[in-house]
Amino acid sequence: MDFLQLLVGGIANGCVYGLVALGFVLIYKATEAVNFAHGDIMMLGAFVALTFVNHEWMGLPFWLGLILSVIVMGVFCYLLEVVVIRQLFGQPQFSVVVLTIALGFVLRFFAGVIWGHEPQSLETPMAGKTMNFGDIVLGYDEAFVIIATIILAGGLYLFFARTRLGVAMQAASQNQLAAYYMGIPVKRISSLIWAVAGMTAAVAGTLFASKGSIDPSLGLLGIKAFAAAVIGGFGSLPGAIFGGLIIGIVEPMAQAYAPPGYSQIAPYAIMLLVLVFRPNGLFAQIQQKKV
Amino acid sequence: MSKTVLEINNLETFYGPIMALRGVSLRVEEGQIVTILGANGAGKSTLLKTISGVMDPEKGDILLDGKPIQKQDPDRIVRAGVAHVPEGREVFPFLSVAENLAMGAYTRSDTDAIPNDIEMVYDYFPILGERRDQQAGTLSGGQQQMLAIGRGLMTKPRVMLLDEPSLGLSPILIKEIFEIIRRLNTEMGVTMMLVEQNANVALHVADYGYVLEIGRIVMAGEAQKLLASEDIQEFYLGVTGETQRGQKRWKRRKTWR
Repeated sequence: MDFLQLLVGGIANGCVYGLVALGFVLIYKATEAVNFAHGDIMMLGAFVALTFVNHEWMGLPFWLGLILSVIVMGVFCYLLEVVVIRQLFGQPQFSVVVLTIALGFVLRFFAGVIWGHEPQSLETPMAGKTMNFGDIVLGYDEAFVIIATIILAGGLYLFFARTRLGVAMQAASQNQLAAYYMGIPVKRISSLIWAVAGMTAAVAGTLFASKGSIDPSLGLLGIKAFAAAVIGGFGSLPGAIFGGLIIGIVEPMAQAYAPPGYSQIAPYAIMLLVLVFRPNGLFAQIQQKKV
Repeated sequence: MSKTVLEINNLETFYGPIMALRGVSLRVEEGQIVTILGANGAGKSTLLKTISGVMDPEKGDILLDGKPIQKQDPDRIVRAGVAHVPEGREVFPFLSVAENLAMGAYTRSDTDAIPNDIEMVYDYFPILGERRDQQAGTLSGGQQQMLAIGRGLMTKPRVMLLDEPSLGLSPILIKEIFEIIRRLNTEMGVTMMLVEQNANVALHVADYGYVLEIGRIVMAGEAQKLLASEDIQEFYLGVTGETQRGQKRWKRRKTWR
């Protein structure tokens, strides 16, 4: 039963990784550049939620705080794209990468100044409550994380597959030039994609905070999420969630069954294996252009 | 006298320091197919890109129905009524055929009419109707070209810019596609500006033609007259004159130089 217990915890962790990976993939698809600040944007989302919810700050109800944090992060990322990222339009991708790495440092610094470097925990209605299925103990927080991820992933799927704006976002990421030719406002769409990525990061951050304590270096978790996105085949949304789940499950398993220390490298070992044997990731979208 | 849909005056466009269009002027009348002929690097695609707003001209005007549209963002120009069917198809590879067509109608607000128009595109290109749920990237080259044209139609354009629709297609497919282009023109009255290297096909379908060389218009006239012109025959249609020995010993000079 140990195994199942680890599995449940791993899935809950994996959901958070998956949501952060989703943000990486969204932005990569929209702007063709990796946003290395995404982990820090998630961290910021977690702290914004904490500011709304915790009693020493504003003390709003948890659900209201979650929604407000999602809105705040959506607006923040939209403006970030308009004010900062768009200035590099037409520059080499490398400059965007460097910019986002720097942005990560800046966000971490400001978070440290505002909220301090001590680990803090988010006050949630789920804290400490558990339900039992036979021998398996499922925390309310874990159940919340899993359910929220399913809802969010489903919502994003419907948004991208069914709505006009969602399909236009796909179109702009698949062929930016053709999107221009069709009159799709590509620049505004890319700002909106940043906003969507910021909103998922806010949810991911809040979910993570509801399971444990957070501090400004939380953003470094983004590296694991990055590995998850690579495993899923950078560019595939279901792949990102799947990659996140793999990493989330493997980590506690390696901790329990492998020699000490291996759990730290397990995610990256898997990433390397995937890169060697399926360089395009597990859910690659292979495209061949016909001339 | 028919109405001028598109009028271009003294258009100059640069790639950095390189002058790609050196003062191009032309006009497209309503209901016409106007073709622009020219070799590689003559500036044909640059001309279309400048019209559709992907590139900005340094000088000159582009008038659509008398209103200037130069230096505007592409989405505004599409809204104004210019559809660009780009070179090399440029479909959205992972969207279905139907979604590609719906993206063509992105700028339109009359959402009720869109399903009807998609059916109309399927009427002209039945193969697209059969494959409506297939990903566009999995279509053959000719089908992708049909999809690109259909997607352009979905914007309900005043004028449609076609950039080398024959590129990389077999002669039979070229014939098929140009027949449909002609039908769209006669049956639906779509005004078109057609850029081609394949002068023969282009001049047979077009009403009027311009010849573009290194950024300048060097010749213009009714398509029939151009077809008969010796210069065009020699340099664009590859017709060689008969000589006594059955071979040519000199190189003809272009008379417009």
